[in-house]
Amino acid sequence: MFPPLPNPTVSPTAPKFGDQDLIRRSASTITPAAVRQVEVAKLIDVSKCIGCKACQSACIEWNDTQAQPIGENLGVYDNPADLTPDMFTLMRFTEWENPETQNLEWLIRKDGCMHCEDPGCLKACPAPGAIVQYSNGIVDFVHENCIGCGYCIKGCPFDIPRVSQTDHKAYKCTLCSDRVAVGLGPACQKACPTQAIVFGTKDEMKDWADFRIKDLKSRGFEHAGLYDPPGVGGTHVMYVLHHADKPEIYANLPKNPSISPLVDAWKGMSKIVGLGAIGFAAVAGVVHHLFAGANRVQPEDEEHAEELAGGDRT
Amino acid sequence: MSDTPRVPGDIQPGDDVHPGKPVVVNRYNLGARINHWITAVSLVLLALSGLAMFHPSLFFLTALFGGGQMTRTLHPWIGVVLFLSFAGLFIRFWKANLWKSEDNTWLRRARDVLAGNEEKLPELGKYNAGQKFVFWGMSILIILLIGSGIVVWDQYFFPFTTIEQKRIAILVHAAMAVVAICVWIVHVYAAIWVRGTIGAMTRGKVSGGWAWRHHRKWLRELVARKPGAGKSAAP
Repeated sequence: MFPPLPNPTVSPTAPKFGDQDLIRRSASTITPAAVRQVEVAKLIDVSKCIGCKACQSACIEWNDTQAQPIGENLGVYDNPADLTPDMFTLMRFTEWENPETQNLEWLIRKDGCMHCEDPGCLKACPAPGAIVQYSNGIVDFVHENCIGCGYCIKGCPFDIPRVSQTDHKAYKCTLCSDRVAVGLGPACQKACPTQAIVFGTKDEMKDWADFRIKDLKSRGFEHAGLYDPPGVGGTHVMYVLHHADKPEIYANLPKNPSISPLVDAWKGMSKIVGLGAIGFAAVAGVVHHLFAGANRVQPEDEEHAEELAGGDRT
Repeated sequence: MSDTPRVPGDIQPGDDVHPGKPVVVNRYNLGARINHWITAVSLVLLALSGLAMFHPSLFFLTALFGGGQMTRTLHPWIGVVLFLSFAGLFIRFWKANLWKSEDNTWLRRARDVLAGNEEKLPELGKYNAGQKFVFWGMSILIILLIGSGIVVWDQYFFPFTTIEQKRIAILVHAAMAVVAICVWIVHVYAAIWVRGTIGAMTRGKVSGGWAWRHHRKWLRELVARKPGAGKSAAP
């Protein structure tokens, strides 16, 4: 068993990280924090999950969201049916028939923000400071700066952010940045009864994952492995998967996620070429006027017109 | 030359010539001018609010609209106003913007156009090829912009498209908006460079000399429609 995080002191504590620890800030140029904090990570061991949804309940409770109507049954265990602005994490249930063993496997993946090292949401965001990345790896939304445009949804390779129709701001898992700042683990991790969710430094989590993967392999899951996709620079939420060679069977977990080239073009090239083209058009006008001068109507033009229009000068 | 009673396609309601010294020519009636300025104001507001969301260095422009949330809310609605308003301009102006053979000649002599050597250019109807490019270019751009804009108008249309389609739409929207702003710069610059033009859209009138110099064919058509015309149409 992974040693649980010790309960922190109850006396007031200064937060362990804050604005001075930013390494990225949306739509802003900042100097990243000189010293990087130890990277944290949450490890979700899908093979140990029993689908109890305690993590969802803990998430709703800690974040004080009013998750959508309980009791709307869509014929599957998923409830609600999808992530919502009030449901930052969701157990996604998949019934998968293993073609090699003919066994029915019940795959339960806790979906939510992956806290990418290379966050597509942050790169797509047009509002300065609405999305920030701390040096410990947490990607957080700062709601007072959010304009509700939904660009983060287009930037995200995992389809995570949701914009509220009530306050028109985007929401997602915060990795319980407020809890982590005072030495607690995320609420979901605290509530998990089987240690399918553990939290610590990223290195600790990789070591723990190695241990779990060896165990799974010894039990015949030869493709067991860690999901820490390099296409987004690695993530600060990682999975242990029993079938790491086919992540897509876990409710369409992308095999090799990365920021879409369309988003790259939109946020990279198009901004430079676009403003350049507009600037060029404006400068071309000024230069043309300097060289060609105004195109003025000449007195003889007026005379021709008078002649053409005829003599009936009333 | 011919005495056909049909109204030429480039004569719009209200276009008229008033002989005198100087000659005054009515170019745009009140409806067309109001329609134009609603479109113009919408386009400028859209460019400002759009640029604010396009580049971080221009985000400060959101202050003009009451903050980021308001900019995000208003931009698509102004787009709807522009679309409807431009549709009005399209109905008014499309006929006069049909391509004519003299437009090819005008384009081949683009060098003389830029140099202002109007005497080397063919006689033109109400619009020259450059104005026709602006008209048709804006028509196509505005259709692409409203189409892609609806796809990324998440407040009302989020469920109808996939995220990948929204990514394509936002890239198209940004690129077409840049082109539209460039076309707008050309349009405004041409109106400033060719002196005497702006009055057409403010008071609705241009001088006879302006019409003779830049749109002689249109002027001849207007004169030919006058009762008792046809005596002094020497080129």
